[in-house]
Amino acid sequence: MTTITLSLPSARQPRQVLSWFGVAPFFLFALLFLILPTLNIVVGAFRNPQGQVTLENLGKLLSPSILSAFWISIELSLLTAVLGCLFGFLIAAAITLGGLPRPLRNAILTFSGVASNFAGVPLAFAFIATLGRLGFVTMLLRHWFGINLYGSGFNVVSFLGLALTYLYFQIPLMVLIITPALEGLRREWREAAESLGASGAQYWRMVALPVLWPSLLGTLALLFANAFGAVATAIALTGSSLSIAPIVLFAQIRGDVLNDPHLGYAIAFAMIVLTAIANCIYILLRMRAERWLK
Amino acid sequence: MTGRQLWSWLAVALGGLYFLLPLVGMFDFSMRMQRGVYSFQAYRVVLADPQFQQTFGYSVALALLTIILGILLVVPTAYFVRLRFPGLRPAIEFITLLPLVIPPIVIVFGYIRIYNTSSVLPLTGSWWGTNILLLCGYAVLSLPYMYRSVDTGLRTIDIASLTEAAQSLGAGWARILAVVILPNVFVSVLSGAFLTFAIVIGEYVFAALLNVNSFGPYMVWMGGNRAYEPSALAVVAFAITWACMGLIQLFTRFSKFSTARR
Repeated sequence: MTTITLSLPSARQPRQVLSWFGVAPFFLFALLFLILPTLNIVVGAFRNPQGQVTLENLGKLLSPSILSAFWISIELSLLTAVLGCLFGFLIAAAITLGGLPRPLRNAILTFSGVASNFAGVPLAFAFIATLGRLGFVTMLLRHWFGINLYGSGFNVVSFLGLALTYLYFQIPLMVLIITPALEGLRREWREAAESLGASGAQYWRMVALPVLWPSLLGTLALLFANAFGAVATAIALTGSSLSIAPIVLFAQIRGDVLNDPHLGYAIAFAMIVLTAIANCIYILLRMRAERWLK
Repeated sequence: MTGRQLWSWLAVALGGLYFLLPLVGMFDFSMRMQRGVYSFQAYRVVLADPQFQQTFGYSVALALLTIILGILLVVPTAYFVRLRFPGLRPAIEFITLLPLVIPPIVIVFGYIRIYNTSSVLPLTGSWWGTNILLLCGYAVLSLPYMYRSVDTGLRTIDIASLTEAAQSLGAGWARILAVVILPNVFVSVLSGAFLTFAIVIGEYVFAALLNVNSFGPYMVWMGGNRAYEPSALAVVAFAITWACMGLIQLFTRFSKFSTARR
């Protein structure tokens, strides 16, 4: 054993250089197409058109129209993250702890894999075909139940419509992430709690939820970031009638010639900051959560 | 127990309603192009549209190229990091997580600023340059999935022994990677590849902002100008997503039987 480990370094030395060529393309690629473009935006957010360092661009974020776009975005992402977590958790709990047949659990997990990736333009079309003015459910409600959805002020091209659409990929993502965590809840913990006289509610409050909360909060942060960065679904659903942060940025980039590119930098920078915070919370909490799942 | 089962069925049933209705709605709507009867007219119109054939073909080709570029970038890197530079692991993992942290619209904004016509490398100025930029952008988007699946695959095989065995038989690095390592992690590579395919095929933001007429922008254009065809397109896109995810499941299950678990 020792002879092998001792002989390795000398054999390794000349090859080390060659191995660098194996990883160099990756780093070069990441630098050119991921890191430099992002840095360019971040640096640009703190520069004026003359190249001087300034906070003026970030100050422009505080203008009412941009601030309200960010506010709607944050509300939308938070709402769909919270509801996604809640409903996703209920479905995951139903298929793991609810005593449902095993094939149903597998079918739901497979479907969640599909639905969490069925975002963007086609998803928006599906919701227009369902809840649009002539949509399937709209017509169903009118003809069968006499409910006039659009008469009551509902519109699929709205905050509510967009939230309903986002939930279509938020809930399955929650199901996919939280199911392993729920399966990690050991049966012995519940038995131990029950043998000590705990009720079902007490078990959840004092054992299961304290174990699960890092996963729950972490996934909440991930769902927030997931919704915050989604652009295509929103554009395909609302055109540009609902001004949320990514759509404002999209319009800024498109109309670059007319508008101020440095304001675009600032919007992009603020988006990075928000999704980065959310993702950091997710990663930190997931590391905590994994302690219990081994 | 029965009470809990009842609640579980209720949760699954309500969830099922929410998830199935839009699918039924989109399918129903796509069949209504001819007044009064169900027909596949919308699909016929879409499939016969030269714009559809062109943009869809383009997106498929781009997705395949993205997968090849992703494999070329990720497999050697993951391999050498496992074999020679375990210390680089955190750095690589951080980089491959970044595309999930930075919104895609910000990345493409950076491309437009760095590679515009007045820059050192004016990629957006030419047809080839724009396509290369889009390809690289999609490869960036696929990095998290590609890297994770390839790395999981490498974990299950003993790359050190395989490498030494291949070297003692006189194989060089390129040969080891192509003939020994890649076939061994092929199933993992495939699951990353299908996920990449599903993401790239209908991608909108990158293509629209780089002014490339691919399937994503075509769908959005259809959505603004037609009534029934968008639903038909959505059904097609959903079928593609299903197929990709189904193939991943199939291959992973297949691999569980064919290779011993560690």
